[in-house]
Amino acid sequence: MIELQNVHKAFGRNQVLKGIDIEVARGESLVVIGGSGTGKSVLIKCILGLVAPDAGRITVDGHDALTAERTAFLARFGMLFQGGALFDSLPVWQNVAFRLLQGRGKRPRDAARDTAIGKLRRVGLKPEVADLMPAELSGGMQKRVGLARAIADDPEIIFFDEPTAGLDPIMSGVINALIREIVDEMGATAITITHDMRSVREIAHKVAMLHGGVIRWHGPVDRIETSGDPYLDQFIHGRADGPIESVR
Amino acid sequence: MSAGAAGQQQQRRRQGSAALRALAALGRATRHLLAAIGHFSRYALLTLMHMLRGPFYLRELGAQLYAIGYLSLPVVGLTALFTGGALALQIYAGGVRFNAEAVVPSIVAIGMVRELGPVMAGLMVAARVASSIAAEIGTMKVTEQLDALVTLSTDPMKYLTVPRVAAATLAVPVLVGVGDAIGIFGGYMVGITRLGFSEVAYLRNTVDFLEFWDVASGLVKGAAFGFIVALTGCYCGMQSGRGAQGVGRATKTAVVASAVMILAANYLLTELFFSA
Repeated sequence: MIELQNVHKAFGRNQVLKGIDIEVARGESLVVIGGSGTGKSVLIKCILGLVAPDAGRITVDGHDALTAERTAFLARFGMLFQGGALFDSLPVWQNVAFRLLQGRGKRPRDAARDTAIGKLRRVGLKPEVADLMPAELSGGMQKRVGLARAIADDPEIIFFDEPTAGLDPIMSGVINALIREIVDEMGATAITITHDMRSVREIAHKVAMLHGGVIRWHGPVDRIETSGDPYLDQFIHGRADGPIESVR
Repeated sequence: MSAGAAGQQQQRRRQGSAALRALAALGRATRHLLAAIGHFSRYALLTLMHMLRGPFYLRELGAQLYAIGYLSLPVVGLTALFTGGALALQIYAGGVRFNAEAVVPSIVAIGMVRELGPVMAGLMVAARVASSIAAEIGTMKVTEQLDALVTLSTDPMKYLTVPRVAAATLAVPVLVGVGDAIGIFGGYMVGITRLGFSEVAYLRNTVDFLEFWDVASGLVKGAAFGFIVALTGCYCGMQSGRGAQGVGRATKTAVVASAVMILAANYLLTELFFSA
């Protein structure tokens, strides 16, 4: 279980997180929604320890995110970054197998390559893609390679940062379906950050809305239409008028 | 108080506050400079500590030796060739004034191996390598590749900084050695084709007056310059701001800072090795 208690984070005078309290159960898929600049990415970076919170506590199965042994802690996670964040200097298969090629669980190159090709197949890419460089791939293919890298070592927890940003509706649907299938088949805990309401409906078990530095609403995905929360209503229907200022 | 006296008092107050503002700006700039020196020194220390502790990424080290060492050979070689030739012409033109033309080969050799070889190689590598390292790591930062490395249980310091710094520290002395030889060859070509030296006399003068420490000191300088160049490139890349402008600024800072540090280190090392 991932548990955040009263997490605060500021960058200079900009107080981004003002006391986040949330729990994500094992095997649950939580989607975090909220306007741009509300701190959604900061939230998952805090969980991963990429950003240190100013106050509060983050635990994963009881282990403190800040004090846990880093390598073992991070080995439990997979992450799909918004822009893919593929390593430009490495071919696709080495990107996917990156974790398998170093560290404690290092595997022989041939075995790592086979695993990478298997994961590429899992996300709908042909083995020929394995030897291409990331710059040779389309945006949708890069996202799939990023997804393959995120699941390469069968992590227990997967984070998806804007998985459908910049993709056309068909490719967005493909990525959403892949995420749902993979999370279900692996039994992984997932936290997804998105603005895309189609992704929310296809991926989420639960939804949390971040606004004003706190979790404004949190509940099962089938209750978002009937929540009665004016902030959530405005956001999910994309209305310009409402309590959320359109000029931020 | 008369209107004139009040005006003078106000003017004095304005001058006083302008002086205070200037002093405050100077204080801020000094504080920023000292903070930057502190951060950089800490980064250098951390790099040295990581160089002694595994894991070591030997494949990355090999790739960087190729990129920093082998691919810098043409630019270092060409620079050394022209510098050696120009040095021979200058020394000859100066030596003629007091009948000391015969010193051209030995001064070219000593000047190349002690000073111009390492400094020119260092500056060329700074222009070519510090900029590319800063741009590469800066872009990796902007595109979240550094964060991706961390999530894949890989320390960017070990994976990116250590192989680059180690490769540059090993490769630049080799480049200096090659540059020295090519620079001396440049002087030799100018000496025998333009200045009337015989091949044998030129080579004998070159070899006879060159000592082991002349060459070794230049190679040590090369290692120090390689360390400075790669470290500065990595540091500036890691500190890069957001967007294209941030990466551009990091690249420019890496080149300027490493060039200045090379020249300063060159003076300090020359003092250390050759002071009377």
